[in-house]
Amino acid sequence: MEFLDQIFIWTKTQVVGALPDVLQVPGSILLSILPIMAVFPLLFALTTVAERKILGRIQNRLGPNRVGPFGFLQWAADGIKTITKEDLVPRNADKIVHFLAPVALLAPVLLAYSVLPFGRGMYAIELDAGLLFFFAVGAGTELAVFMAGWSSRNKYSLLGAMRAVAQMISYELPLLLSAVSVVMIVGSLNPNEIVAAQEGFKGAGGLIPNWHVFTPWGLAGFGLFMIAAAAESNRSPFDLPEAESEIIAGYFVEYSGMKFATFFLAEYLGLFVISSLGIVLFLGGWHAPAPFALFEIVPSWAWFMGKLVTIIFCFIWVRGTLPRLRIDQLMNFAWKFMLPMTLINLLVVAIWQYALAWDFVGAGLLRWLICGGLLVGPYLALGQGLMNSRNWGKRTYRYAS
Amino acid sequence: MDIAFIIIAALTFVSALAAISLRNLVHCALSVAVTFVGLALLYLKLGAEFVGFAQIVVYVGAVAILIVFAILLTKSSETSNEPRYSRGAIWSGVVAAVAFAGLVAAISASQVSLTSSPVAPSASVEKIGQDLMSKYVLPLEAIGLLLTAALIGAVIIAMKEKPAEGDEQ
Repeated sequence: MEFLDQIFIWTKTQVVGALPDVLQVPGSILLSILPIMAVFPLLFALTTVAERKILGRIQNRLGPNRVGPFGFLQWAADGIKTITKEDLVPRNADKIVHFLAPVALLAPVLLAYSVLPFGRGMYAIELDAGLLFFFAVGAGTELAVFMAGWSSRNKYSLLGAMRAVAQMISYELPLLLSAVSVVMIVGSLNPNEIVAAQEGFKGAGGLIPNWHVFTPWGLAGFGLFMIAAAAESNRSPFDLPEAESEIIAGYFVEYSGMKFATFFLAEYLGLFVISSLGIVLFLGGWHAPAPFALFEIVPSWAWFMGKLVTIIFCFIWVRGTLPRLRIDQLMNFAWKFMLPMTLINLLVVAIWQYALAWDFVGAGLLRWLICGGLLVGPYLALGQGLMNSRNWGKRTYRYAS
Repeated sequence: MDIAFIIIAALTFVSALAAISLRNLVHCALSVAVTFVGLALLYLKLGAEFVGFAQIVVYVGAVAILIVFAILLTKSSETSNEPRYSRGAIWSGVVAAVAFAGLVAAISASQVSLTSSPVAPSASVEKIGQDLMSKYVLPLEAIGLLLTAALIGAVIIAMKEKPAEGDEQ
Protein backbone atom coordinates (compact mmCIF):
# COMPACT_ATOMS: atom_id res chain seq x y z
CA MET A 1 0.00 0.00 0.00
CA GLU A 2 2.58 2.43 -1.18
CA PHE A 3 -0.06 5.00 -2.06
CA LEU A 4 -1.56 5.21 1.43
CA ASP A 5 1.91 5.50 2.88
CA GLN A 6 2.79 8.46 0.68
CA ILE A 7 -0.63 10.03 0.53
CA PHE A 8 0.36 13.24 2.27
CA ILE A 9 3.47 13.73 0.17
CA TRP A 10 1.47 13.03 -2.99
CA THR A 11 -1.17 15.58 -1.94
CA LYS A 12 1.47 18.17 -1.29
CA THR A 13 3.18 17.68 -4.63
CA GLN A 14 -0.15 17.96 -6.42
CA VAL A 15 -1.10 21.18 -4.65
CA VAL A 16 2.32 22.76 -5.06
CA GLY A 17 2.39 21.78 -8.71
CA ALA A 18 -0.94 23.50 -9.25
CA LEU A 19 0.32 26.79 -7.83
CA PRO A 20 1.85 29.46 -10.08
CA ASP A 21 5.63 29.48 -10.23
CA VAL A 22 6.18 32.47 -7.97
CA LEU A 23 4.18 30.95 -5.14
CA GLN A 24 5.67 27.49 -5.31
CA VAL A 25 8.44 27.84 -2.73
CA PRO A 26 6.33 29.66 -0.10
CA GLY A 27 3.48 27.28 -0.83
CA SER A 28 5.69 24.27 -0.32
CA ILE A 29 6.99 25.64 2.96
CA LEU A 30 3.48 26.43 4.13
CA LEU A 31 2.22 22.99 3.22
CA SER A 32 5.06 21.39 5.15
CA ILE A 33 4.23 23.34 8.28
CA LEU A 34 0.45 23.16 8.11
CA PRO A 35 0.08 19.45 8.99
CA ILE A 36 2.27 19.93 12.08
CA MET A 37 0.20 22.92 13.18
CA ALA A 38 -3.01 21.02 12.58
CA VAL A 39 -2.25 17.57 13.94
CA PHE A 40 -0.36 18.25 17.12
CA PRO A 41 -2.66 20.81 18.74
CA LEU A 42 -5.54 18.42 17.96
CA LEU A 43 -3.57 15.63 19.60
CA PHE A 44 -3.04 17.97 22.55
CA ALA A 45 -6.78 18.56 22.82
CA LEU A 46 -7.57 14.85 22.75
CA THR A 47 -4.75 14.14 25.21
CA THR A 48 -6.17 16.53 27.80
CA VAL A 49 -9.49 14.69 27.77
CA ALA A 50 -7.88 11.25 27.63
CA GLU A 51 -5.60 12.17 30.49
CA ARG A 52 -8.46 13.23 32.71
CA LYS A 53 -10.42 10.12 31.92
CA ILE A 54 -7.49 7.73 32.35
CA LEU A 55 -6.41 9.41 35.58
CA GLY A 56 -9.99 9.17 36.74
CA ARG A 57 -10.13 5.47 36.03
CA ILE A 58 -6.82 4.91 37.81
CA GLN A 59 -8.23 6.78 40.79
CA ASN A 60 -11.44 4.72 40.70
CA ARG A 61 -13.74 7.43 39.41
CA LEU A 62 -15.10 8.46 36.03
CA GLY A 63 -13.42 11.35 34.27
CA PRO A 64 -15.40 14.11 32.56
CA ASN A 65 -18.44 12.54 30.96
CA ARG A 66 -20.92 15.33 30.34
CA VAL A 67 -19.77 17.09 27.18
CA GLY A 68 -20.13 14.99 24.05
CA PRO A 69 -20.07 11.19 23.79
CA PHE A 70 -18.37 9.86 26.92
CA GLY A 71 -16.97 13.33 27.56
CA PHE A 72 -14.75 13.45 24.50
CA LEU A 73 -15.74 16.96 23.51
CA GLN A 74 -14.49 18.33 26.82
CA TRP A 75 -11.57 19.94 25.02
CA ALA A 76 -13.92 22.17 23.06
CA ALA A 77 -15.59 23.32 26.27
CA ASP A 78 -12.19 23.96 27.85
CA GLY A 79 -11.08 25.90 24.80
CA ILE A 80 -14.13 28.14 24.83
CA LYS A 81 -13.67 28.70 28.55
CA THR A 82 -10.05 29.77 28.24
CA ILE A 83 -10.72 32.09 25.34
CA THR A 84 -13.52 33.90 27.11
CA LYS A 85 -11.76 34.25 30.45
CA GLU A 86 -10.59 37.65 31.63
CA ASP A 87 -6.89 38.21 31.06
CA LEU A 88 -5.53 39.43 34.39
CA VAL A 89 -2.09 41.00 34.56
CA PRO A 90 -0.81 41.94 38.02
CA ARG A 91 -0.32 45.66 38.47
CA ASN A 92 3.34 45.36 39.39
CA ALA A 93 4.15 42.87 36.68
CA ASP A 94 6.65 43.61 33.98
CA LYS A 95 4.20 43.96 31.13
CA ILE A 96 6.41 43.29 28.11
CA VAL A 97 8.16 40.25 29.54
CA HIS A 98 4.88 38.95 30.99
CA PHE A 99 3.34 39.16 27.55
CA LEU A 100 6.28 37.63 25.71
CA ALA A 101 6.87 34.66 28.00
CA PRO A 102 4.12 32.36 26.60
CA VAL A 103 5.20 33.24 23.06
CA ALA A 104 8.85 32.59 23.91
CA LEU A 105 7.84 29.20 25.30
CA LEU A 106 5.66 28.12 22.39
CA ALA A 107 7.88 29.17 19.48
CA PRO A 108 10.92 26.95 20.20
CA VAL A 109 8.70 23.96 20.89
CA LEU A 110 6.99 24.33 17.52
CA LEU A 111 10.36 24.79 15.81
CA ALA A 112 11.55 21.46 17.18
CA TYR A 113 8.86 19.58 15.23
CA SER A 114 10.41 20.54 11.93
CA VAL A 115 13.36 18.14 11.88
CA LEU A 116 11.60 14.93 12.93
CA PRO A 117 10.40 12.42 10.33
CA PHE A 118 6.82 11.40 11.06
CA GLY A 119 6.60 8.91 8.24
CA ARG A 120 8.55 7.73 5.24
CA GLY A 121 9.88 11.00 3.79
CA MET A 122 7.57 13.15 5.91
CA TYR A 123 9.82 15.73 7.45
CA ALA A 124 9.68 19.49 7.15
CA ILE A 125 13.42 20.21 6.97
CA GLU A 126 16.39 17.95 6.52
CA LEU A 127 19.32 19.30 8.49
CA ASP A 128 22.72 17.72 8.69
CA ALA A 129 22.87 18.61 12.38
CA GLY A 130 19.17 18.03 13.00
CA LEU A 131 19.53 16.54 16.47
CA LEU A 132 21.63 19.49 17.59
CA PHE A 133 18.98 21.87 16.23
CA PHE A 134 16.40 20.03 18.32
CA PHE A 135 18.37 20.42 21.53
CA ALA A 136 19.26 24.01 20.69
CA VAL A 137 15.62 25.04 20.50
CA GLY A 138 14.96 23.05 23.64
CA ALA A 139 17.42 25.33 25.39
CA GLY A 140 15.26 28.29 24.46
CA THR A 141 12.40 27.03 26.59
CA GLU A 142 14.36 27.39 29.81
CA LEU A 143 14.77 31.12 29.33
CA ALA A 144 11.04 31.45 28.66
CA VAL A 145 10.21 29.65 31.91
CA PHE A 146 12.42 32.06 33.78
CA MET A 147 10.81 35.03 32.03
CA ALA A 148 7.39 33.82 33.09
CA GLY A 149 8.35 33.37 36.69
CA TRP A 150 10.27 36.59 37.10
CA SER A 151 7.89 38.93 35.34
CA SER A 152 4.99 38.08 37.64
CA ARG A 153 6.72 39.79 40.61
CA ASN A 154 5.44 37.09 42.88
CA LYS A 155 7.52 35.12 45.39
CA TYR A 156 5.89 31.81 44.52
CA SER A 157 6.32 32.35 40.79
CA LEU A 158 9.97 33.18 41.18
CA LEU A 159 10.59 30.20 43.42
CA GLY A 160 8.76 27.92 41.02
CA ALA A 161 10.64 29.35 38.05
CA MET A 162 14.02 28.91 39.69
CA ARG A 163 13.20 25.35 40.66
CA ALA A 164 11.90 24.62 37.18
CA VAL A 165 15.00 26.05 35.50
CA ALA A 166 17.30 24.16 37.88
CA GLN A 167 15.38 20.96 37.13
CA MET A 168 15.47 21.50 33.37
CA ILE A 169 19.20 22.24 33.36
CA SER A 170 19.98 19.22 35.54
CA TYR A 171 18.04 16.80 33.38
CA GLU A 172 19.35 18.20 30.12
CA LEU A 173 22.67 16.41 30.63
CA PRO A 174 21.26 12.85 30.89
CA LEU A 175 18.91 13.67 27.99
CA LEU A 176 21.72 14.78 25.71
CA LEU A 177 24.12 12.03 26.75
CA SER A 178 21.59 9.26 26.19
CA ALA A 179 20.90 10.70 22.73
CA VAL A 180 24.66 10.85 22.09
CA SER A 181 24.89 7.08 22.67
CA VAL A 182 22.62 6.61 19.62
CA VAL A 183 24.66 9.10 17.59
CA MET A 184 27.81 7.12 18.39
CA ILE A 185 26.40 3.96 16.82
CA VAL A 186 24.72 5.59 13.84
CA GLY A 187 27.47 8.10 13.10
CA SER A 188 25.19 10.95 12.09
CA LEU A 189 23.16 13.71 13.69
CA ASN A 190 20.51 13.55 10.97
CA PRO A 191 17.21 12.09 12.28
CA ASN A 192 16.44 10.54 8.89
CA GLU A 193 19.70 8.60 8.93
CA ILE A 194 19.06 7.52 12.52
CA VAL A 195 15.70 6.08 11.46
CA ALA A 196 17.23 4.47 8.38
CA ALA A 197 19.84 2.75 10.55
CA GLN A 198 17.06 0.94 12.40
CA GLU A 199 15.44 -0.84 9.50
CA GLY A 200 15.54 -4.53 8.91
CA PHE A 201 15.16 -7.42 11.24
CA LYS A 202 17.58 -9.68 13.04
CA GLY A 203 17.55 -12.58 15.43
CA ALA A 204 16.36 -16.12 14.97
CA GLY A 205 13.82 -16.22 12.18
CA GLY A 206 14.24 -12.52 11.52
CA LEU A 207 11.51 -11.55 13.91
CA ILE A 208 13.19 -9.00 16.17
CA PRO A 209 13.37 -5.54 14.61
CA ASN A 210 16.68 -3.77 14.40
CA TRP A 211 15.53 -0.97 16.67
CA HIS A 212 17.98 0.47 19.14
CA VAL A 213 15.74 -0.36 22.08
CA PHE A 214 16.40 -4.08 21.56
CA THR A 215 20.06 -3.78 22.53
CA PRO A 216 21.31 -3.51 26.13
CA TRP A 217 22.59 0.03 25.74
CA GLY A 218 19.44 0.98 23.84
CA LEU A 219 17.19 -0.33 26.58
CA ALA A 220 19.10 1.55 29.26
CA GLY A 221 19.35 4.61 27.04
CA PHE A 222 15.62 4.56 26.27
CA GLY A 223 14.75 4.34 29.95
CA LEU A 224 17.11 7.18 30.84
CA PHE A 225 15.90 9.27 27.91
CA MET A 226 12.25 8.85 28.85
CA ILE A 227 12.89 9.73 32.49
CA ALA A 228 14.86 12.81 31.46
CA ALA A 229 12.09 13.69 28.99
CA ALA A 230 9.49 13.55 31.74
CA ALA A 231 11.66 15.82 33.85
CA GLU A 232 12.32 18.23 30.99
CA SER A 233 8.64 18.78 30.32
CA ASN A 234 7.79 19.08 34.02
CA ARG A 235 5.64 16.01 33.96
CA SER A 236 4.76 13.92 36.98
CA PRO A 237 6.55 12.61 39.02
CA PHE A 238 8.82 15.59 38.31
CA ASP A 239 6.17 18.28 38.36
CA LEU A 240 7.09 19.97 41.61
CA PRO A 241 7.63 23.38 39.97
CA GLU A 242 4.05 23.49 38.78
CA ALA A 243 2.10 21.28 41.11
CA GLU A 244 -1.15 22.66 42.35
CA SER A 245 -0.84 21.29 45.82
CA GLU A 246 2.76 22.37 46.34
CA ILE A 247 3.48 25.75 44.97
CA ILE A 248 0.12 26.80 43.55
CA ALA A 249 1.14 26.15 39.97
CA GLY A 250 4.52 27.81 40.34
CA TYR A 251 5.71 29.97 37.53
CA PHE A 252 2.41 30.40 35.77
CA VAL A 253 0.28 31.29 38.73
CA GLU A 254 -0.26 34.85 37.50
CA TYR A 255 -1.39 33.85 34.05
CA SER A 256 -5.04 33.44 33.20
CA GLY A 257 -7.14 32.77 30.16
CA MET A 258 -5.45 32.43 26.81
CA LYS A 259 -1.91 32.91 28.14
CA PHE A 260 -2.38 30.03 30.54
CA ALA A 261 -3.77 27.96 27.70
CA THR A 262 -0.64 28.80 25.67
CA PHE A 263 1.56 27.58 28.51
CA PHE A 264 -0.46 24.42 28.81
CA LEU A 265 -0.30 23.88 25.04
CA ALA A 266 3.46 24.50 24.99
CA GLU A 267 4.02 22.01 27.81
CA TYR A 268 2.07 19.24 26.14
CA LEU A 269 3.52 19.97 22.70
CA GLY A 270 6.96 19.76 24.34
CA LEU A 271 6.01 16.37 25.73
CA PHE A 272 4.91 15.16 22.28
CA VAL A 273 8.01 16.41 20.52
CA ILE A 274 10.39 14.86 22.99
CA SER A 275 8.49 11.55 22.87
CA SER A 276 8.73 11.73 19.08
CA LEU A 277 12.47 12.20 19.37
CA GLY A 278 12.62 9.18 21.66
CA ILE A 279 10.73 7.19 19.05
CA VAL A 280 13.11 8.34 16.31
CA LEU A 281 16.20 7.56 18.38
CA PHE A 282 15.26 4.29 20.03
CA LEU A 283 11.99 2.85 18.78
CA GLY A 284 12.79 2.74 15.08
CA GLY A 285 10.88 5.83 13.96
CA TRP A 286 8.21 4.91 11.45
CA HIS A 287 9.31 1.29 10.92
CA ALA A 288 6.87 -1.54 11.50
CA PRO A 289 7.67 -3.94 14.36
CA ALA A 290 7.48 -7.20 12.43
CA PRO A 291 8.15 -8.30 8.87
CA PHE A 292 4.66 -9.69 8.22
CA ALA A 293 2.81 -8.58 5.13
CA LEU A 294 -0.14 -7.50 7.25
CA PHE A 295 2.04 -4.99 9.03
CA GLU A 296 3.36 -3.58 5.78
CA ILE A 297 -0.16 -2.51 4.80
CA VAL A 298 -0.34 -0.09 7.70
CA PRO A 299 1.25 3.20 6.57
CA SER A 300 4.46 4.43 8.17
CA TRP A 301 2.89 7.51 9.70
CA ALA A 302 0.28 5.33 11.37
CA TRP A 303 3.03 3.30 13.04
CA PHE A 304 4.66 6.51 14.25
CA MET A 305 1.38 7.82 15.64
CA GLY A 306 0.67 4.49 17.28
CA LYS A 307 4.01 4.52 19.03
CA LEU A 308 3.50 8.15 20.08
CA VAL A 309 0.05 7.41 21.51
CA THR A 310 1.45 4.43 23.43
CA ILE A 311 4.18 6.55 24.97
CA ILE A 312 1.67 9.28 25.91
CA PHE A 313 -0.47 6.62 27.56
CA CYS A 314 2.55 5.43 29.54
CA PHE A 315 3.25 8.99 30.69
CA ILE A 316 -0.35 9.38 31.87
CA TRP A 317 -0.14 6.01 33.57
CA VAL A 318 3.02 7.02 35.43
CA ARG A 319 1.39 10.28 36.45
CA GLY A 320 -1.46 8.45 38.08
CA THR A 321 0.73 5.94 39.81
CA LEU A 322 3.86 7.49 41.25
CA PRO A 323 4.01 10.18 43.93
CA ARG A 324 5.77 13.42 43.27
CA LEU A 325 9.47 13.82 43.93
CA ARG A 326 10.75 16.58 46.23
CA ILE A 327 13.18 19.05 44.72
CA ASP A 328 16.21 17.64 46.53
CA GLN A 329 15.21 14.10 45.58
CA LEU A 330 14.90 15.21 41.94
CA MET A 331 18.30 16.85 41.90
CA ASN A 332 19.98 13.94 43.64
CA PHE A 333 18.41 11.56 41.18
CA ALA A 334 19.66 13.59 38.21
CA TRP A 335 23.22 14.20 39.32
CA LYS A 336 24.02 11.14 41.38
CA PHE A 337 22.14 8.41 39.55
CA MET A 338 21.26 9.38 36.00
CA LEU A 339 24.47 11.13 35.05
CA PRO A 340 26.74 8.21 36.05
CA MET A 341 24.37 5.77 34.34
CA THR A 342 24.44 7.73 31.08
CA LEU A 343 28.22 7.96 31.17
CA ILE A 344 28.44 4.21 31.73
CA ASN A 345 25.97 3.78 28.87
CA LEU A 346 28.37 5.64 26.58
CA LEU A 347 31.13 3.25 27.58
CA VAL A 348 28.86 0.27 26.96
CA VAL A 349 27.99 1.64 23.50
CA ALA A 350 31.68 1.77 22.66
CA ILE A 351 32.18 -1.82 23.84
CA TRP A 352 29.10 -2.95 21.88
CA GLN A 353 30.36 -1.25 18.74
CA TYR A 354 33.70 -3.01 19.15
CA ALA A 355 32.06 -6.34 19.94
CA LEU A 356 29.90 -6.22 16.82
CA ALA A 357 32.95 -7.40 14.89
CA TRP A 358 33.12 -10.68 16.80
CA ASP A 359 32.26 -13.59 14.65
CA PHE A 360 32.47 -16.80 16.68
CA VAL A 361 29.62 -19.01 17.83
CA GLY A 362 27.70 -17.50 20.74
CA ALA A 363 29.12 -14.05 20.05
CA GLY A 364 25.70 -12.46 20.28
CA LEU A 365 24.98 -13.95 23.69
CA LEU A 366 28.42 -13.00 24.98
CA ARG A 367 27.93 -9.42 23.74
CA TRP A 368 24.60 -9.18 25.53
CA LEU A 369 26.03 -10.65 28.73
CA ILE A 370 29.01 -8.34 28.85
CA CYS A 371 27.15 -5.17 27.97
CA GLY A 372 24.14 -6.06 30.10
CA GLY A 373 26.35 -6.89 33.06
CA LEU A 374 28.22 -3.61 32.69
CA LEU A 375 24.89 -1.79 32.94
CA VAL A 376 23.10 -3.85 35.58
CA GLY A 377 26.07 -3.89 37.94
CA PRO A 378 26.44 -0.13 38.39
CA TYR A 379 22.65 0.24 38.43
CA LEU A 380 22.37 -2.06 41.45
CA ALA A 381 25.46 -0.65 43.10
CA LEU A 382 24.36 2.97 42.67
CA GLY A 383 20.87 2.17 43.85
CA GLN A 384 22.07 0.36 46.95
CA GLY A 385 24.73 2.95 47.67
CA LEU A 386 22.44 5.95 47.38
CA MET A 387 19.74 4.35 49.46
CA ASN A 388 22.07 3.18 52.19
CA SER A 389 23.59 6.62 52.51
CA ARG A 390 20.25 7.94 53.64
CA ASN A 391 20.20 5.98 56.90
CA TRP A 392 16.72 4.63 56.61
CA GLY A 393 15.69 3.29 59.96
CA LYS A 394 12.77 1.17 60.90
CA ARG A 395 9.54 3.08 60.60
CA THR A 396 8.42 4.54 63.93
CA TYR A 397 4.92 5.64 64.76
CA ARG A 398 4.00 8.42 67.12
CA TYR A 399 0.46 8.39 68.37
CA ALA A 400 -1.44 11.26 69.89
CA SER A 401 -1.89 10.71 73.57
CA MET B 1 24.91 42.34 1.27
CA ASP B 2 21.59 40.66 0.83
CA ILE B 3 18.44 41.32 2.77
CA ALA B 4 18.84 38.41 5.17
CA PHE B 5 22.22 39.65 6.34
CA ILE B 6 20.89 43.18 6.81
CA ILE B 7 17.99 41.94 8.93
CA ILE B 8 20.16 39.68 11.09
CA ALA B 9 22.81 42.34 11.54
CA ALA B 10 20.16 44.92 12.47
CA LEU B 11 18.65 42.53 15.03
CA THR B 12 22.04 41.86 16.61
CA PHE B 13 22.99 45.52 16.64
CA VAL B 14 19.71 46.74 18.12
CA SER B 15 19.65 44.10 20.84
CA ALA B 16 23.28 44.79 21.74
CA LEU B 17 22.47 48.50 22.04
CA ALA B 18 19.45 47.62 24.16
CA ALA B 19 21.59 45.40 26.35
CA ILE B 20 23.80 48.30 27.34
CA SER B 21 21.23 51.02 27.63
CA LEU B 22 18.05 49.62 29.14
CA ARG B 23 17.18 50.59 32.69
CA ASN B 24 16.01 47.27 33.99
CA LEU B 25 18.84 44.79 34.47
CA VAL B 26 16.86 41.67 33.62
CA HIS B 27 15.68 43.32 30.39
CA CYS B 28 19.35 43.88 29.56
CA ALA B 29 20.10 40.22 30.21
CA LEU B 30 17.26 39.15 27.91
CA SER B 31 18.55 41.51 25.21
CA VAL B 32 21.97 39.89 25.54
CA ALA B 33 20.27 36.55 24.91
CA VAL B 34 18.72 37.99 21.73
CA THR B 35 22.19 39.19 20.67
CA PHE B 36 23.50 35.66 21.10
CA VAL B 37 20.67 34.38 18.90
CA GLY B 38 21.58 37.01 16.30
CA LEU B 39 25.17 35.78 16.28
CA ALA B 40 23.97 32.21 15.89
CA LEU B 41 21.86 33.28 12.90
CA LEU B 42 24.97 34.85 11.35
CA TYR B 43 26.84 31.58 11.77
CA LEU B 44 23.94 29.70 10.19
CA LYS B 45 23.88 32.11 7.29
CA LEU B 46 27.55 31.39 6.66
CA GLY B 47 26.74 27.71 6.47
CA ALA B 48 28.31 26.65 9.77
CA GLU B 49 25.42 24.58 11.11
CA PHE B 50 27.23 22.96 14.00
CA VAL B 51 28.72 26.18 15.33
CA GLY B 52 25.41 28.02 15.02
CA PHE B 53 23.41 25.43 16.94
CA ALA B 54 26.20 24.96 19.48
CA GLN B 55 26.15 28.74 20.00
CA ILE B 56 22.45 28.56 20.88
CA VAL B 57 22.87 25.56 23.17
CA VAL B 58 25.82 27.03 25.03
CA TYR B 59 25.11 30.75 25.03
CA VAL B 60 21.34 31.00 25.16
CA GLY B 61 20.80 27.77 27.03
CA ALA B 62 23.50 28.14 29.65
CA VAL B 63 25.32 31.49 29.68
CA ALA B 64 22.19 33.64 29.47
CA ILE B 65 20.55 31.64 32.25
CA LEU B 66 23.72 32.00 34.32
CA ILE B 67 23.59 35.76 33.80
CA VAL B 68 19.95 36.04 34.85
CA PHE B 69 20.49 33.86 37.90
CA ALA B 70 23.49 35.99 38.88
CA ILE B 71 21.38 39.14 38.57
CA LEU B 72 18.54 37.62 40.54
CA LEU B 73 20.54 36.30 43.39
CA THR B 74 22.81 39.28 43.90
CA LYS B 75 21.02 42.50 43.06
CA SER B 76 17.58 43.86 43.72
CA SER B 77 15.59 44.25 40.57
CA GLU B 78 14.57 47.81 41.22
CA THR B 79 15.78 50.29 38.66
CA SER B 80 18.60 52.50 39.83
CA ASN B 81 18.36 56.28 39.89
CA GLU B 82 21.83 56.99 38.59
CA PRO B 83 22.15 59.20 35.52
CA ARG B 84 22.25 57.32 32.25
CA TYR B 85 25.66 58.46 31.05
CA SER B 86 28.64 58.30 33.35
CA ARG B 87 30.97 61.27 33.75
CA GLY B 88 33.67 60.18 31.33
CA ALA B 89 31.23 59.26 28.59
CA ILE B 90 32.71 61.42 25.81
CA TRP B 91 36.29 60.23 26.30
CA SER B 92 35.23 56.57 26.44
CA GLY B 93 33.30 57.17 23.21
CA VAL B 94 36.47 58.52 21.56
CA VAL B 95 38.53 55.55 22.76
CA ALA B 96 35.89 53.11 21.50
CA ALA B 97 35.78 54.82 18.09
CA VAL B 98 39.58 54.70 17.78
CA ALA B 99 39.63 51.01 18.71
CA PHE B 100 36.88 50.28 16.20
CA ALA B 101 38.75 52.13 13.45
CA GLY B 102 41.88 50.16 14.24
CA LEU B 103 40.00 46.87 14.06
CA VAL B 104 38.37 47.79 10.74
CA ALA B 105 41.76 48.76 9.30
CA ALA B 106 43.34 45.52 10.48
CA ILE B 107 40.55 43.33 9.09
CA SER B 108 40.45 45.14 5.74
CA ALA B 109 44.19 44.72 5.26
CA SER B 110 44.24 41.08 6.31
CA GLN B 111 44.34 37.92 4.24
CA VAL B 112 40.65 37.15 4.64
CA SER B 113 39.32 40.11 2.73
CA LEU B 114 42.00 40.06 0.02
CA THR B 115 40.97 36.76 -1.56
CA SER B 116 38.33 37.45 -4.14
CA SER B 117 36.14 34.39 -3.85
CA PRO B 118 37.23 32.17 -0.99
CA VAL B 119 36.33 28.51 -1.25
CA ALA B 120 34.30 27.67 1.80
CA PRO B 121 35.55 24.48 3.44
CA SER B 122 32.95 21.85 4.10
CA ALA B 123 31.81 22.13 7.68
CA SER B 124 29.87 18.95 8.00
CA VAL B 125 29.55 17.48 11.46
CA GLU B 126 31.57 14.44 10.49
CA LYS B 127 34.49 16.57 9.37
CA ILE B 128 34.34 18.63 12.56
CA GLY B 129 34.35 15.46 14.61
CA GLN B 130 37.31 14.01 12.75
CA ASP B 131 39.26 17.26 13.05
CA LEU B 132 38.51 17.55 16.74
CA MET B 133 39.80 14.07 17.35
CA SER B 134 42.91 14.25 15.20
CA LYS B 135 44.21 17.75 14.55
CA TYR B 136 42.76 19.57 17.54
CA VAL B 137 42.74 16.87 20.18
CA LEU B 138 45.15 18.75 22.44
CA PRO B 139 42.99 21.91 22.69
CA LEU B 140 39.97 19.66 23.22
CA GLU B 141 41.56 17.90 26.15
CA ALA B 142 42.85 21.20 27.55
CA ILE B 143 39.31 22.63 27.43
CA GLY B 144 37.99 19.52 29.14
CA LEU B 145 40.54 19.97 31.90
CA LEU B 146 39.56 23.64 32.26
CA LEU B 147 35.86 22.79 32.50
CA THR B 148 36.54 20.09 35.08
CA ALA B 149 38.51 22.55 37.17
CA ALA B 150 35.66 25.07 36.92
CA LEU B 151 33.13 22.43 37.96
CA ILE B 152 35.17 21.34 40.94
CA GLY B 153 35.68 24.98 41.92
CA ALA B 154 31.94 25.62 41.77
CA VAL B 155 31.21 22.58 43.92
CA ILE B 156 33.79 23.63 46.48
CA ILE B 157 32.40 27.17 46.69
CA ALA B 158 28.85 25.94 47.06
CA MET B 159 29.57 23.11 49.47
CA LYS B 160 28.35 23.45 53.01
CA GLU B 161 31.29 24.20 55.28
CA LYS B 162 31.84 21.69 58.03
CA PRO B 163 32.24 23.48 61.39
CA ALA B 164 35.91 23.47 62.37
CA GLU B 165 36.47 21.09 65.23
CA GLY B 166 38.52 23.11 67.69
CA ASP B 167 36.74 26.43 67.26
CA GLU B 168 33.33 26.04 68.79
CA GLN B 169 33.06 24.22 72.08
